[in-house]
Amino acid sequence: MTSHMPMRFGSAVTVAAVMLVSTATQLSAQLGSHNPMPGPRGTYAITNAKIVPVVGAEIPRGTVVISDGKIAAVGANVAIPSGARTIDASGLTVYPGMMDAGTSMGLSEIGQGAASTVDVAEVGSFNPNAQAIYGLNPHSAHVGVTRVVGITHVASLPSGGIISGQAAIVNLAGWTPPEMQVIPRAALVINLPRSGFAGRGFGGFGGQQQENTQDAQRMRERQLDSLRQILRDAEAYGKAIDAADRDRTLPRVHRDVVLASLLPAVRGQMPVIFTADRPNDIRTAVNFAKEMKLKPIILGGGDAWKVAQFLRENDVPVIVSSVLSMPRSEDDPYDVNYSSPGKLHQAGVRFAISEGGGAETRNLPYNAGMAAAFGLPKDEALKSVTLYPAQIMGVADKFGSIEVGKVANLVVTTGDLLEAKTDTKYLFIDGRPVPLGTKHTDLNDLFKDRP
Amino acid sequence: MKMARLTTLLLACATQAVAQQAVTSSSGSTLIKNATVLTVTKGTLQNTDVLMQNGKIAQIGQNLAAPAGARVVDATGKYILPGIIDPHSHMMADAINEGSLSVTSMVRIKDVINPTAINVYRALAGGVTTINILHGSANTIGGQNATVKLKYGRTAQDMMFPGAPPGIKFALGENVTRKNSQQQQGGPPRRYPATRMGQEEVLRDAFTRAQDYKRDWDDYRARVAKGERTLVPPRRDLELEPLVEVLEGKRLVHAHGYRADEHLMLLNVANEFGFKIATLQHVLEGYKIATEIAKAGAGASSFADSWSYKIEAYDAIPYNNAIMLRHGVLQTINSDSDERVRRLNIDAAKLMRYGGLTEEEALKTVTYNGAVQLGVGSRVGSIEVGKDADLAIWNAHPLSVFANVQTTFIDGEVFFDRQQDIAKRAQREQQRAELERAEENRPARADQRRVILP
Repeated sequence: MTSHMPMRFGSAVTVAAVMLVSTATQLSAQLGSHNPMPGPRGTYAITNAKIVPVVGAEIPRGTVVISDGKIAAVGANVAIPSGARTIDASGLTVYPGMMDAGTSMGLSEIGQGAASTVDVAEVGSFNPNAQAIYGLNPHSAHVGVTRVVGITHVASLPSGGIISGQAAIVNLAGWTPPEMQVIPRAALVINLPRSGFAGRGFGGFGGQQQENTQDAQRMRERQLDSLRQILRDAEAYGKAIDAADRDRTLPRVHRDVVLASLLPAVRGQMPVIFTADRPNDIRTAVNFAKEMKLKPIILGGGDAWKVAQFLRENDVPVIVSSVLSMPRSEDDPYDVNYSSPGKLHQAGVRFAISEGGGAETRNLPYNAGMAAAFGLPKDEALKSVTLYPAQIMGVADKFGSIEVGKVANLVVTTGDLLEAKTDTKYLFIDGRPVPLGTKHTDLNDLFKDRP
Repeated sequence: MKMARLTTLLLACATQAVAQQAVTSSSGSTLIKNATVLTVTKGTLQNTDVLMQNGKIAQIGQNLAAPAGARVVDATGKYILPGIIDPHSHMMADAINEGSLSVTSMVRIKDVINPTAINVYRALAGGVTTINILHGSANTIGGQNATVKLKYGRTAQDMMFPGAPPGIKFALGENVTRKNSQQQQGGPPRRYPATRMGQEEVLRDAFTRAQDYKRDWDDYRARVAKGERTLVPPRRDLELEPLVEVLEGKRLVHAHGYRADEHLMLLNVANEFGFKIATLQHVLEGYKIATEIAKAGAGASSFADSWSYKIEAYDAIPYNNAIMLRHGVLQTINSDSDERVRRLNIDAAKLMRYGGLTEEEALKTVTYNGAVQLGVGSRVGSIEVGKDADLAIWNAHPLSVFANVQTTFIDGEVFFDRQQDIAKRAQREQQRAELERAEENRPARADQRRVILP
């Protein structure tokens, strides 16, 4: 068990951690209850470490001080506060925790054969009020195995329908969803009806295939119109509510929780994530967002590099989730998707890299690594899974770099954060030390020495 | 249908282009100079040359002289890794499952291979040279495999690995009982066996019949050998012949399964009938019975870290491979995916994190160990004099996520070269544009158009 006991702290913390781990083991008969809970907030100093702050120059040997959940100090010559618990990180490297902005973390445990563990998509086309934060299982085994590679926070997105619902940004630690949540309602997720000829039928939308292009086009227009309609209804609803609030003599407006949930998006206060891969669909999404005065983010972005100039001109960021996808056409270059982040970077498009999913989210760093093997500078690759997703999702004041005042989501590794062979030695989420046990280490411990 | 025609034309062009590339590359000698050679079986050699002649690795050493006419490749700062071997693939297979019967040992993957599949080229670009194309996992005893070298641009016949022992797919668990797909509309019809009990029974029944069939033939041959001239031979049975080869140790069994208990059942049945299992495939819970697998002498071929995609995969752990390895099991990583096969080097690197494999142990799981599992360990899987010249030049250590493949050789010939690929892109774009402009590929006017989709 020593390999994932928390750290060489004073005895009080170690004892607490042992208790936490054994509690988790008692629950292990249930699905997903292997994630040990973090230790207390406090004052910690990670010393003698190589520090990669992501913003600013690398510090070959320095200290990061964590206090009350935040990064309190970072530098080569930093005074260690009295009472701080110290971690000697000689030979190790400190990075800011990574973020995947396109997951379904906690919403789906087992895709096949266990439908009762799958809560990713609601019934119907327009579900702006379906909120990921209410479907998210904090004890999902995916949470534990994801964070131990240094992914400390994610956006978890609902999917399905046209308006899928609202994504939540959560820390990957906590007993309950409210304890995990950073921004419980962080973005609206919209699947625009897709255009064009998809090779094997039209769309991939709602499973409906149209017999010819005209029918597909008409269908798409109808769906776009209904989307427009509901967004305009929300706008009108907002105006009516505001007016009624200002003037009590006006007739009372009946509350509508669905329209109310759209208000932050239609008022431009909440970003809207549009899933789109093809150039036409990306253009449609951006133009639609402009028409409706929404704040768009493109998720998927397979062909975003083909419309890079258009994206830059409109300052629309892309969450690229297709680095490891197969090229779509037979005659596409074999590395068309490996190299797309490099092309976006060159064209000056804001982007982040995502693996997505839940069980496989832990492969996020290797997506960035592959992009770096095919043209993306290494420091940009690191930013694409730390700072950039935070900026795109509007949480760069909290996450994405090691800077004083940011949330202490930190990972201490044996080497380059993006390398598959690199191991994690210490992990902090929200300034709390996180034991490195998971469902996988539990089973490893149970069986590895079986005679 | 216009689109279909366009695609066909494009495909023809692409295939032709690559085929030309393979043909024009020297099939004579190539000397790779000054590389870091990851032999996989004999350590890492710095600043070392590798000479390939007549399709074989002819010499390994420092300051080798280039024979007359040899192509010389400067690989300073680069790495040579044996061609990656994927022990579980369905690449190129135009059909995967003959799942209508519980025993389909009579069907053969080699009859349905599409050598023009573009994914072959994409795998070459990941340094892969040999794959084991398996029948699917829909039935307890599936069809016969094909071990192939990825000679893109050649015929299916040319791709067959010469002398590779034949194999067969078995499958256990839910893929056979089809509990998940039955729940969905349009799932396959019910078919025996619907439980793991039935799977044991199917195996027992099939091998009992195979034993009797073998006895009939053994008796017949013995009597013919004694000089009897008037005997009628037993009727040939194409279902049982491959199973007799299994009993005789001439055909390798590759058995899909997830849960430990189903693999244990298979090992026990095989032991009872006196044959061995070459590889337990996936074997996601192998770590729970590592001792038994090692004792049975079976190999194991697993994912690096895939899990949780179905109930049976919920106890899969990335430490699985390390635990089996430490218990003495011959261990490999496979892809089972035309996507993942492109980056098996990264999957190998994960085993250093999960279970602490050394670099060499990790590399073996995607090279040498696979060669041994497929019965071609004396031919490929490591950089040794006399072995087939199947290798790739990487621009960085292949266990790094930042590495990519520069050139892939099979039998000493170039089948992928990154610089050539990049150089051809402009030409390919131009060809594509010309095809799109061609009259026959022009979209019909809206009023004439009636595209019926499949």
